[in-house]
Amino acid sequence: MNGQSPAVVVKDLVKRFGDFIAVDTISLEAHKGEIFGFLGPNGAGKSTTIRMLCGLLRPTSGQAFVYGFDVATQSEQVRQHIGYMSQKFSLYNDLTVIENLDFFAGMYSVSNSDLKGRINWAIDMAGLNGRENSLAGTLAAGWKQRLALGCAVLHRPPILFLDEPTSGVDPISRRQFWEMIHKMAADGVTIFVTTHYMDEAEYCNRLVLIYRGKIVASGSPLELKQKYMTGELLLLECDEVGKALELLQSAPGVDDAAIFGNALHLVVPKASEAMGGVRSYLSEHGVNTTRIEPIRPSLEDVFVSLTSVRNGPETEASRQ
Amino acid sequence: MNWDRLLAMAGKEVIQIRRDARSIAIVIAMPLIMMLAFGYGVSFDTKHIPVYVFDMEGSQQSQDFLKRFQSSIYFNVVKAVDNYPDLIRAIDGGRCQIGIVIPPDFSNNLNTGKTVRIQALVDGTDSNSANLGMSYSRAVVQAYSQQLQLQWLQRQGRTNIQPLVAVDARTWFNENLESMSTIVPGVVALVMAVVGTFLTSLTIAREWERGTMEQLISTPVTPLEIMFGKLVPYMAIGLFDTCVCAAMGAWWFGVPFRGHLSVFFLGSIMFLTVVLSMGYLFSVVAKTQLAASQISLIATFLPAFLLSGFMYPIDQMPAVIRVITHIVPARYYMAILRNVFLKGTSIILMWQDFAALAIFAAVLGFAATRVFKKRLD
Repeated sequence: MNGQSPAVVVKDLVKRFGDFIAVDTISLEAHKGEIFGFLGPNGAGKSTTIRMLCGLLRPTSGQAFVYGFDVATQSEQVRQHIGYMSQKFSLYNDLTVIENLDFFAGMYSVSNSDLKGRINWAIDMAGLNGRENSLAGTLAAGWKQRLALGCAVLHRPPILFLDEPTSGVDPISRRQFWEMIHKMAADGVTIFVTTHYMDEAEYCNRLVLIYRGKIVASGSPLELKQKYMTGELLLLECDEVGKALELLQSAPGVDDAAIFGNALHLVVPKASEAMGGVRSYLSEHGVNTTRIEPIRPSLEDVFVSLTSVRNGPETEASRQ
Repeated sequence: MNWDRLLAMAGKEVIQIRRDARSIAIVIAMPLIMMLAFGYGVSFDTKHIPVYVFDMEGSQQSQDFLKRFQSSIYFNVVKAVDNYPDLIRAIDGGRCQIGIVIPPDFSNNLNTGKTVRIQALVDGTDSNSANLGMSYSRAVVQAYSQQLQLQWLQRQGRTNIQPLVAVDARTWFNENLESMSTIVPGVVALVMAVVGTFLTSLTIAREWERGTMEQLISTPVTPLEIMFGKLVPYMAIGLFDTCVCAAMGAWWFGVPFRGHLSVFFLGSIMFLTVVLSMGYLFSVVAKTQLAASQISLIATFLPAFLLSGFMYPIDQMPAVIRVITHIVPARYYMAILRNVFLKGTSIILMWQDFAALAIFAAVLGFAATRVFKKRLD
């Protein structure tokens, strides 16, 4: 396999569960050393896609190649070249840190000469020095997740699949985790990561947004913001956020409104012109505006804007 | 097959068994408890049948007669009562199984040469022991009458009196006809059928249930390595359990062990291959520990208990049932174990049982290698 061709190639991949189409004809490419983000809400089809790429689920149709191997027919070769970290912690809780590492080193056939070094490396990386003999089940979430990462990369896989690696982990651990991911990517490892944290998506080199099984947008975080945010963005703080949201969704001169935290984000054609109008429209309807100002769009805005254009409110399709 | 992976798998399994209190209980406590429960609980010997007596006469002779019951190992005279209602209450309450009633004219009839009729009230709720109880009482009475006749004849002046026909019966293999000797080898087979299947029925299901399977199947480990890695430790544990059970049979229950250890081990390894593969299959198919353990209990315990020849002799079953017993692996192992314990005949004479076990081991073992897929769907 030459290093020039993409590490992951997906062509028209489809996965159906009965009548339900979990992944609907998606295509993408991830290159060597790239952090490739797969972004979308729960139930959008992220895990299903990543499981197909790891050879754990059989595609209904379409093709996917990982490190040049077909995931449908050469899943064993695929497994030799990947590391996988599933969404749920799936190491052995009743084994100690070192026993888990030993076990997975065995499963990946890490050579004896390399074994000690790799395990020490993994312990260092995960910050588990002094906890080698703790049962994995007793570790805090951040440690568990770094241990799982350690186990997944003992055999130095060129491609790493991480399914929601930071869910349920505290912010400091999350940041440390992403630092490790960046280091690995700098060493040439291709990292394919799913997340529903929009702020994490900013760490990625390239992103696809997946929604209801379909790719709705792709590009670098910056490209996405430029390409898909047609209007400009306003931040609005006011007394009655719920009422204001209702009012603004049908207000003239406002393309879209969404709640962000305890404020509203409004999509308007031109920020400087819309501010006065919005303020007076709200006060006419008895809502007092405390703050309104133009802001730079985040990926979350892009995502909300893309998905609200496509669909109204929906029930979440979840099959984790 | 990569040996390092297989060993890593087996090593992990051993660590998990060691740390799991429930596994330890299954490995150690279950065989011991079952051996004791069945060894003592299941007995086809009817001994020490509780008897109440109601002696309406209370003479020297009637008491002498009742002593015959007391001195027999088959009876245990619990109590003497002096009225019918007490006797009936005792039978109703299950305090005795037989009530012997001596009529008031017992010695009078005896001395005047009339036939004496005594009454035996038998609790027939358990027809088997009722039958045995009746025939034992008849035997006691018969011996007593014979002795009386002898005395009578002697008084008439005849001296050399012989019974007309006598059977010189000699029981082989189980000299004292103790059902314990037949039961204990059967219990060993029964216990191993249940424990063996149970042991492996949890392994794969546990990985699915805890979510560890997803990580495991994302590695290059092969289904065969997973299977053997999991079966090897359980084979060792199973053999250990078999030895414990057999040792209990020989030393605790005092059943003779006349065969060769090699035959015992060969049969045990073959049978364990069958039951461990079966448990593994259940575990793969069921995907939850609860379902897998229930299937394995139902699939092994009842057939091994009812259809293996443990409870009921196979050659006395209806033809249809007899055919069905052929698909109960415990049947063959039980035959082998009874042979190894009691007869100690050569393995060649047991070739059919060994061949049947070999077929089961091959078929189930092969099925086990096929059924597990490294896929989530």
